[in-house]
Amino acid sequence: MAKSSELKEVLTSPVVSNNPIALQILGVCSALAVTATLQNAVVMTLAVLFVTAFSNLFISLIRNYIPNSVRIIVQMAIIASLVIVVDQALKAFAFGISKQLSVYVGLIITNCIVMGRAEAFAMKNKPFPSFMDGIGNGLGYGLILVLVGAVRELFGSGALFGIEILPLISNGGWYQSNGLLLLPPSAFFIIGGVIWAIRTIRPEQVEPKE
Amino acid sequence: MSNQQETFGKTMIVVLAVCLVCSIIVAGAAVGLRPMQIANKEIDKQSNILAVAGLTTDKTTAEVFASNIQTKLVDLDTGEFVTNLSESEVAKYDQRKASKDPEKSVKLTPEQNVAKIGRRANLATIYLVSDDNGELQRIILPIHGAGLWSTMYAFVAVQPDGNTIDAITYYEQGETPGLGGEVENPRWRGLFVGKELFDADGNPAIKIVKGQATAGSKHEIDGLSGATLTSVGVEHTFTFWLGEQGFGPFLSKVREGALNNG
Repeated sequence: MAKSSELKEVLTSPVVSNNPIALQILGVCSALAVTATLQNAVVMTLAVLFVTAFSNLFISLIRNYIPNSVRIIVQMAIIASLVIVVDQALKAFAFGISKQLSVYVGLIITNCIVMGRAEAFAMKNKPFPSFMDGIGNGLGYGLILVLVGAVRELFGSGALFGIEILPLISNGGWYQSNGLLLLPPSAFFIIGGVIWAIRTIRPEQVEPKE
Repeated sequence: MSNQQETFGKTMIVVLAVCLVCSIIVAGAAVGLRPMQIANKEIDKQSNILAVAGLTTDKTTAEVFASNIQTKLVDLDTGEFVTNLSESEVAKYDQRKASKDPEKSVKLTPEQNVAKIGRRANLATIYLVSDDNGELQRIILPIHGAGLWSTMYAFVAVQPDGNTIDAITYYEQGETPGLGGEVENPRWRGLFVGKELFDADGNPAIKIVKGQATAGSKHEIDGLSGATLTSVGVEHTFTFWLGEQGFGPFLSKVREGALNNG
């Protein structure tokens, strides 16, 4: 089980070939909400990464003791506790960012990726591979978030990480910003484009026609 | 693995154990990090006051507060400064706490309750900003009112004429990020600069209009697109706090020049 090639597979496959957002279309809500700036996207990624990794780890540790009849509730209790810890830590150490992310940190609880990995992987595998699977899925989620965040911030506000790249007309530059990109629906188009790109490169991801 | 027998007792034990561990972790994080969170809020509030104070100095936040910013309490009913309290009592006064205390606040009637805040404290903390020569530059007023989801807290900096807005900042709100949350957007807040709070008859006149404000209007501000109810909340907040129940009496004294002689 703990062979290094398998561990690597567990860690890397969710990033591109089995990406939680692009292939499984999970966790899209938060991908729309927090990607207006790259900084928010990165912090959100770290928060989700932490929660998926550790919820997988803890659930896997006690998987043989979790009664089957209440397993979802037990998983939720663990996930929710981790999310609250992340939320409190952000408020204490990164107040400005936690204000911008506001409710979306708390809403990691409802992010299907976390719950999905706990149920699909951590309940059946040993702690260390589960931890790696959590990190892999967090990275896969983060890859899309950072991509979307970069496009939205660059073309929506002409900046990356708040540093001006394309001088805006309103600030005396030449770039007319695209207002749509500042609104959440624009993330739909970008995620759609990313899915298109991934499936063009990897045609095996295309679902068969019904 | 999971082929062992599941009894009611065992299920209960596991669930209780998980709950206990989780609650200890959550409580530990909440209690352990609280002092830092409170300190962050205080710094955040001070830097928000500075953001609308319009001072350009290289002093630290604390120094500016000591030298350029005077904290005063205003009796909202009379519009007079409170003079019978010491400086430390003024600094300790918490308007938010007071607005929940029946002895220190009034319940607003439905007609008065424009901003949907329920109760209003009798005294309000305001900040007088002076330049390095001691000349009054701006009056900073705290306002708050309900938006779509949350109570939104803001500071408005008014020129010593008691009418012209110099800056505004929303520092605490729980509106939809990206839509109503845009009340914090610097570009939108910039639209308030130079607008006038009152019309010629002295009535509150700030209007948040859907779409674009009329060019040259002294009182209209563009609404936030996709956030109609938040925009309405902002307008109501202004209407209330400029009115008789809010800073109306105080500001009319300011307009008559009450601050000029000292």
